[in-house]
Amino acid sequence: MSYRSNIKQAQGLGSAKEGVGHWWLQRVTAVALVPLMLWLAFGIARYSGAGYEATVAWVSNPTTTVLWVLALGMLFWHAKLGLQVVIEDYVHDEKAKFASLIAMKFITVLLAAIAILAVLRVALGS
Amino acid sequence: MQTDNRPLSPHLQVYKPQLTMVMSISHRISGVVLSVGSLILVWWLSALAAGPESFATANAVVGSFIGKVFMFLFTFALFYHLCNGIRHLAWDTGRGFDLDSVYKSGKLVLIAAAVLTVLVWVVGLSTGGA
Repeated sequence: MSYRSNIKQAQGLGSAKEGVGHWWLQRVTAVALVPLMLWLAFGIARYSGAGYEATVAWVSNPTTTVLWVLALGMLFWHAKLGLQVVIEDYVHDEKAKFASLIAMKFITVLLAAIAILAVLRVALGS
Repeated sequence: MQTDNRPLSPHLQVYKPQLTMVMSISHRISGVVLSVGSLILVWWLSALAAGPESFATANAVVGSFIGKVFMFLFTFALFYHLCNGIRHLAWDTGRGFDLDSVYKSGKLVLIAAAVLTVLVWVVGLSTGGA
């Protein structure tokens, strides 16, 4: 006899395995990225010829630092969610799918960490 | 049971490319391109954090002719994905699915992405940048 309720045995076993969580986060990060990426693209364009000192001054402005960190966090989160769907759609071999999903997740988190650390190093002047 | 020689149902290649299907797959392709392109952003930020010399090197690479071509394409990929993403968000509310709206919003996305790309490059080039 099982002490697990019927709903507990069924949860997580559908084809999607996790309900709308992934789909919803893809939308939430997308909404956040609309203003953040517009700001970032025009910001980088404005400072593209400004030189080292001016770029450092821009990135270390507290508002700019926060927006940079948010933009990078959202960007890599959104990229992870999107690349996950692409891999799930096109990689059919279970082992290759598993390996590429893990690798992709490690790489996106690694890139996010490197990028955010770089921004903080510039902002904190070390 | 013999299944090898059955006729297959028509697949993508039998259709003439249409705006809707091309824009659909382009959304995914631009997303993957931008993910790979984020490597340049990470590299550029690391160069900035490392100091003036490495930043000058990074800017020289990005500002070279080939660098500029790549950055221009990335800019368009970014704004295409951004604008078409807004189109997707609008669809998520259940609106704009009739044929006329789908084509209108598709053309609007292409125009908006092109305008934003040009605007960013006008800003970039007018401030003397790469």
